[in-house]
Amino acid sequence: METFFVFFLNGISYGLLLFMLSSGLTLIFSMMGVLNFAHTSFYMMGAYFAYALAGTLGFFPALIIAPLLVGLLGAAFERYSLRKVHVYGHVPELLVTFGLSYVVLEVVRLVWGPANVDYRVPESLSGPLFTLANVKGQGLSWLAGAGDAAICGPASGNSCTQFPIYRGFMALVALFMLGSLWLLLTRTRIGLIIQAALTHPDTTQALGHNVPRVMMGVFGGGCALAGLAGVIGGNAFVTEPNMAASVGAIIFVVVVVGGMGSLAGAFLASLLIGLIQTFAVVIDVSAASVMQNLGSPVGFDHWAYPLLKISVSQMAPILPYLLLVLILIFRPKGLLGTREE
Amino acid sequence: MSANTYSFRPYNVGRFVLWSLFALVLLVAPKLFTSSLAMTMLTQMGIAIIVCLSYNMLLGQGGMLSFGHAVYSGLGAFAAIHTLNKVGAGEWAIPVMLIPIVGGIAGLLVAVLLGAVSTKKSGNTFAMITLGVGELVWSMSLMLPEFFGGEGGVSSNRVVGTPFLGLTFGPQIQVYYLIAVYCFICTALMFAFTQTPLGRMLNAVRDNPERVEFIGYDTQRVRYFAFMIAGFFAGIAGGLYAVNFEIVTAEVVGAQRSGAYLLFTFLGGSLFFFGPIIGAVLLVLASVLLSELTKAWLLYLGLVFLLMVMYAPGGIASLLMMNMRLAAYGFLRRLWTSYLALAGTSLTVLTAVAVIVEMVYHIKLNEALGPQMSFAGVMLDTRGTDAWVGALLLLATGVGLFEVSRRQFVRHWGQVQEDIEAEIQRREGL
Repeated sequence: METFFVFFLNGISYGLLLFMLSSGLTLIFSMMGVLNFAHTSFYMMGAYFAYALAGTLGFFPALIIAPLLVGLLGAAFERYSLRKVHVYGHVPELLVTFGLSYVVLEVVRLVWGPANVDYRVPESLSGPLFTLANVKGQGLSWLAGAGDAAICGPASGNSCTQFPIYRGFMALVALFMLGSLWLLLTRTRIGLIIQAALTHPDTTQALGHNVPRVMMGVFGGGCALAGLAGVIGGNAFVTEPNMAASVGAIIFVVVVVGGMGSLAGAFLASLLIGLIQTFAVVIDVSAASVMQNLGSPVGFDHWAYPLLKISVSQMAPILPYLLLVLILIFRPKGLLGTREE
Repeated sequence: MSANTYSFRPYNVGRFVLWSLFALVLLVAPKLFTSSLAMTMLTQMGIAIIVCLSYNMLLGQGGMLSFGHAVYSGLGAFAAIHTLNKVGAGEWAIPVMLIPIVGGIAGLLVAVLLGAVSTKKSGNTFAMITLGVGELVWSMSLMLPEFFGGEGGVSSNRVVGTPFLGLTFGPQIQVYYLIAVYCFICTALMFAFTQTPLGRMLNAVRDNPERVEFIGYDTQRVRYFAFMIAGFFAGIAGGLYAVNFEIVTAEVVGAQRSGAYLLFTFLGGSLFFFGPIIGAVLLVLASVLLSELTKAWLLYLGLVFLLMVMYAPGGIASLLMMNMRLAAYGFLRRLWTSYLALAGTSLTVLTAVAVIVEMVYHIKLNEALGPQMSFAGVMLDTRGTDAWVGALLLLATGVGLFEVSRRQFVRHWGQVQEDIEAEIQRREGL
């Protein structure tokens, strides 16, 4: 039970991180019709910038500066490259971001080397936030910090599960960011113009707003969100040149599963996939073991044995894609999508 | 879009000449380039041509941007290598020269299955689904070592079964000609496909899906059929890959390979049928020669691709065709000075960029070898300021001159285009 709860929280914090990425992607997509293939490249840049800055300035200044830098780079890319391609249609737009992802990957390898860098969680945020202890005979108890040695020590025989501070910090930053984004979009004049440019670009233009500049801002903002996700995700996971590709496909799955262009759908799908991926790795059940328990075991020489013996934890990497296929078969619009393409 | 094929009556001379030339090139290429490196490259080019053309069936003709084409060629390759092993074990009796067909059928079956899901959508969503499906198959390949052979892959021996007409496919040259024959036939078939009603409908679905729906066609079904046919030809390429290399590893279904197909098909030119052939040749040249030459080849590739998408979205083929048009009206010689200037200045920029990139790579990767590195025969000191200042100055000069000559070129180009329009009108008036 205590493990379940902590895994649930871990899944939520991972899902929120995914949503930080997919929200930027969705915003850019619904506004400009551009599927930013390089979105996770900006995520990677965020992590590497933060690594470089944290060495000299410390983690917390890097938390602010790195996303801003990434946002500026994103805006510059929109201004000098993407906008030129806009006239050719959506496929070249996607292709230009695809090309960018190659260039960013190689530049990162060039500057920081092909191996992973030592980007760590800062001292003040490492360690457990709280510990859930399953004390014998007393049920669950909630302990602050690493927990009492008397309860959680190896001799006590109680099972304790810790929840790291940093995971909580990640979730907090993500929630704070998303809250301010929501306020910005719904409660301010800038948000009003963005929403107007989203649905009626021509009218907004006619009213005297510079729509291309708004788009540049949205693109930069989306990239900055990705950068921020990189700053807080890079040290929770691994900062390496492969990180963009490994999370990239998942983000696209999130966006399709949630429904193209739907922020709420992306939120739901992010949490769903975050939870699925977190829980799948601990479920050590396979079709073969289930059949064994049901009393009809499969032999090693059965033709389907290699397929049936795969446990859910081994299947974890493909679960998001299976979800994608299922969604496409049963609900092609996506969970909360509205457009039928 | 205007008609992109020319026809002559009563005999289509131009087409006949072109296809004969293509066959001739395939026939004599191994006589001209006899080294073993050239042989391996030529065989790979033959395979790449088939797979890039099949990819362009989706990208160029159907407007479907797929990020998972390697799935079909890769699974075709796996089916072929397993079949080859069965033949080797004496269980099945399929001649080696028909093994690529087995790969093709496997590619087709996979496309029937996965295409049903992928082609539900078009445009951006299609791109994302193919990416997801590609990742799905790639992750599966790591989970099922029984079929995919795990880290080491599946290896085989192509000299099996009874030789047909004395062809054992032991020597590389026999494999080359097998691939050349397949390449020619597949190219011809894929060209023929563009002329069929289905091929035409595919173009219509790309250009105006709504109108196609109104006329009464199911756009999804048209895309699905095209997807299956593309999967078949990709599978044939995969089968040839298996016969050629006699080993297939899981990376043939990977995203990197799908990306390479996309990149080079686009670089070659997706708007013209022959564009992917150029792309396939470049693919092999880049991945065999350029990767030997420099470690930064992917960076250069990415930059070239970015510039190409921004300034020449039709790829090399469209650049060729634009100049063919100029030549047809006899205006090419008016531009050759501008071309010379452009080539000279862009070469300067390229050299400067290459020097800088190579120096950074040298510092990062070859630190142990000392600060000296050789660039095109010149020794550069990566620790000294001379090389850096020189490279930066060269870059600045190159960029400046390039901009000047580019502006001049744009002016000339516009002028020539106007003259062509005038010439067309004059001819119509006659």
